[in-house]
Amino acid sequence: MGMTMTQKILAAHAGLDSVVAGQLIEAKLDVVMANDITGPMALPIFKEMAEKVYDKDKVVLVPDHFTPNKDIKSAENSKSIREFAREQGLTWYFEQGKSGVEHAILPEAGVVVGGECIIGADSHTCTYGALGAFSTGVGTTDIATGMATGELWFKVPSAVKFVLTGKPGPYVSGKDVIIHIIGKIGVDGALYKSMEFTGGGIANLSMDDRFTMANMAIEAGAKNGIFPVDEQAEAYMKEHSKKEYKIYEADADAEYDEVIEIDLAEVRPTVAFPHLPGNAKTIDEIEAMEPIRIDQVVIGSCTNGRMEDMRRAAAILKGQTVHPDVRVMVIPATQKIYKQCIAEGLLDIFVDAGCAVNTPSCGPCMGGHMGVMAAGERCVSTTNRNFVGRMGHVDSLIYLASPEVAAASAIAGQIANPEKVGGR
Amino acid sequence: MRATGHVFKYGDNVDTDVIIPARYLNSFDAQELASHAMADIDPEFVNRVKPGDMIVANKNFGCGSSREHAPLCLKTAGVSCVIAETFARIFYRNAINIGLPIIECPEAAKGIEAGDEVEVDFDSGMIYNRTKGTEFKGQPFPEFMQKLIAAGGLVKYTNSKR
Repeated sequence: MGMTMTQKILAAHAGLDSVVAGQLIEAKLDVVMANDITGPMALPIFKEMAEKVYDKDKVVLVPDHFTPNKDIKSAENSKSIREFAREQGLTWYFEQGKSGVEHAILPEAGVVVGGECIIGADSHTCTYGALGAFSTGVGTTDIATGMATGELWFKVPSAVKFVLTGKPGPYVSGKDVIIHIIGKIGVDGALYKSMEFTGGGIANLSMDDRFTMANMAIEAGAKNGIFPVDEQAEAYMKEHSKKEYKIYEADADAEYDEVIEIDLAEVRPTVAFPHLPGNAKTIDEIEAMEPIRIDQVVIGSCTNGRMEDMRRAAAILKGQTVHPDVRVMVIPATQKIYKQCIAEGLLDIFVDAGCAVNTPSCGPCMGGHMGVMAAGERCVSTTNRNFVGRMGHVDSLIYLASPEVAAASAIAGQIANPEKVGGR
Repeated sequence: MRATGHVFKYGDNVDTDVIIPARYLNSFDAQELASHAMADIDPEFVNRVKPGDMIVANKNFGCGSSREHAPLCLKTAGVSCVIAETFARIFYRNAINIGLPIIECPEAAKGIEAGDEVEVDFDSGMIYNRTKGTEFKGQPFPEFMQKLIAAGGLVKYTNSKR
């Protein structure tokens, strides 16, 4: 029986010729990553197992959640991983000012490439599937074990195959596609499984679109999301990384639990309503509803803080003014993106429109800091979760959307259609 | 090993943000985390929970973030077992790794109500609803996971191999 792309990568890392869904394996790890929330908690657990990390080039620490440090406890946590990185001589430690949001900085800095087996103590670690890697989120004990031994147990997942065809419309991006998909299959629609994206439509999705889609695989309960490595992905890795990548392809006779076809041309700008990423509504359905007034807009995060996201938001906001009742935060996900925004004049566009532009951080996404909401407030956010209380008060509401819907809504003061507000 | 306690009952998709909101994640002190357990879904939980009590929920319990703070705060608050129709995968791993017993059992999730007194036999996977006089058989763990649990969690298992 053939293997899926994910199964092939796992088999290779477990030293096996083949694996089947449900099999428990121990696999070798190419990258083990933690942040300023999960990293500090992992250190005492790590010390029960080892004094030195298994490979100083493969253990990666990124303080990004509560940084720049939001309070004394967060500062102590960041300090603990900073000192650990120094003491262990880690090659990849990303300090504020040279860093960014973990899932944006790792591909950008070339730390992760196709064919690798990667774990991160952050659920959105599935992002690197866009490069054709097996990449999944784990907890603190798992990450500490990975840091100490370079190995971890996995249950080999079965897979749902998504066959993407067609070309998305001008105001539709990876965010709309993935919210559309989660809306279709539900927030546990791929529980314990791989989401394997295939089909000719992938050529019409940029790398930034693919990062956004793989990033939200976890929101359908998936173990990982993964894209084939095509010319675009190879070009991206050659530009960003010195590492050797390896290309795996699913066998022609691989078995899938389900095959779902998506015509990208039919996907509309799509918003996930409170309180689940699967509560998808198209912009057309929203326009037929009573207007949804908003108080805040967030454009950024590991889901949508990349260069193309900034460009798409800026194209809408250019020459426009943010609605007087709305606060807007734009957060480029890395320093490099921040600088590119300056070079392209996008920061001027954002600031002139009345947006606050913040330094790279996860910040408001999980109600950490820089945009926590009060009771009754509503936010259109390009982040990935709209759970109860995720961005602050339990009575605040989050609507997940693309950068273009977010920018259009910022101007209109209500959830708005970028096709009507838009600058293109 | 057995546990007995009263049940707190919740629905589908109980996410880690409501189990332990991110505003408390600047600490990983187990006692401090336990004092905020279930804060955003059931603010009364921490005042009412007693050692041995159980959580019973429907689909996809523990979805969302990878924060191990979630099973840790429940275990430290005194929760002896979480029974659900299904668990989100990272929560499932984390619970096993830190030694919080969890059982997948759709029938029990349907047949147990808030306040019921429930006894669980972890060796057999049997769940007894003492209030209603009903019983359910939970999904047994795969052999590898039983080894992990018997070793006392992933850290001890890892150390025992070397």
